[in-house]
Amino acid sequence: MSTYRDTGIVLRTQKLGEADRIITLLTRRHGRIRAVAKGVRRTSSRIGARLEPFAHVDVQCYSGRSLDIAQQIETIDAFGGKLSRDYARWTAGQAMLEAAERFTENEHDPALAQFQLLLGGLRVLAETERDPVMVLDAFLVRSLSIAGYAPSFSDCAGCGATGPHRFFTIPGGGASCADCRPPACAAPGAETLSLLGALLSGDWESAETSAPRARREASGLVAAYLQWHLERGLRSLRHVERDLPAPTQSA
Amino acid sequence: MYEGIVQDLIDELGRLPGVGPKSAQRIAFHLLSAEPAEVRKLVHAISEVKEKIRFCEVCANVTEDALCRICRDPRRDPSVICVVEEAKDVVAVERTREFRGRYHVLGGAISPIEGIGPDDLRVRELMTRLSDGAVTEIILATDPNLEGEATATYLARLIKPLGLKVTRPASGLPVGGDLEYADEVTLGRAFEGRRLLDV
Ligand SMILES: [Zn+2]
Ligand SMILES: [Zn+2]
Repeated sequence: MSTYRDTGIVLRTQKLGEADRIITLLTRRHGRIRAVAKGVRRTSSRIGARLEPFAHVDVQCYSGRSLDIAQQIETIDAFGGKLSRDYARWTAGQAMLEAAERFTENEHDPALAQFQLLLGGLRVLAETERDPVMVLDAFLVRSLSIAGYAPSFSDCAGCGATGPHRFFTIPGGGASCADCRPPACAAPGAETLSLLGALLSGDWESAETSAPRARREASGLVAAYLQWHLERGLRSLRHVERDLPAPTQSA
Repeated sequence: MYEGIVQDLIDELGRLPGVGPKSAQRIAFHLLSAEPAEVRKLVHAISEVKEKIRFCEVCANVTEDALCRICRDPRRDPSVICVVEEAKDVVAVERTREFRGRYHVLGGAISPIEGIGPDDLRVRELMTRLSDGAVTEIILATDPNLEGEATATYLARLIKPLGLKVTRPASGLPVGGDLEYADEVTLGRAFEGRRLLDV
């Protein structure tokens, strides 16, 4: 029986039997794993709260017959409590967890970059005032980029001609010059493409200055691009709360 | 693997919540060796439930009539509604004997990752119940886990503008658990100590 210790973020939990849960974790060194946590649904269990979605935990696992068993769980960051008290942030976070699961196709394949991206994204979502939808869109375009689908938001994705360009083609990989553009393609606003570029590169200073219209259009392009590369889109995306000011927080 | 109808029975039993393949096999062989009359009683009970039980038109609790026992009872305080995820949570709260108001069963919790949003739950029905002014307090007794908490956050924000008192059962319920597993003393105390939700 082999055991291993790792840190990970809880992506999803499912009920198992009477009182157990199956926990899906994105770990630092072992990629995405699934493990059984025993007895955690009993209200007497003290580790139930540590294994909720969004939790960043230190965990020891040993290989069981079909699924690994998780034990000795210690919390590193509990992002969930804060997120669940802010509906817009919580729904954006759910989409991030679902995306992280979908972008790590095979269990146990190392996915360090995706892990670090998720950890950083959740930290920004839970601990800063940044617009949750922009945090989500930044996370999604960077996930695409880690997966090797980096869209171009400036130079032409077809011939490399220096941008910015007027057109945007999802199957073609992003910005497109007038010569390369396919017959049917989007023509987003210049501000939208520069916002997307800022989100990809992490230039929050310029992203924060974008107008609501550009943010909406950027979200639409990100969703369409994601759908194209993931075959089926993310289920949580249509439940993400948009265009509402985040409710003011109180203790 | 067993043959034909025995395996069919094991497969069907294995689909029940909380029943693993081992237990399914144990139950199947128990039924095979049981008295025919006993088995008929079980079959009858299952089909009776499917034929006669429906959901209360007001609160969606399980009932044999149009309205459930609690919605029919004139002694229950109509000014307080306790919102729960499932009908089995009504039973859990009733056991505490702390609550004399009425219920509203949502039919689950909001879970975007599972594709469940507010429109998939009985949220609109709840808002309709609140519109006649008879209700003054809402207790959001969704499960003490993140989805339950986020569902309460969503509902509180929706209900607050109506000027109602919105509370949530407080102390003693560890996060991450299921409401139905809370013992009645802990759950009772949680109801007594419910806190105002400020959103
Ligand atoms: Zn070109
Ligand atoms: Zn009823």
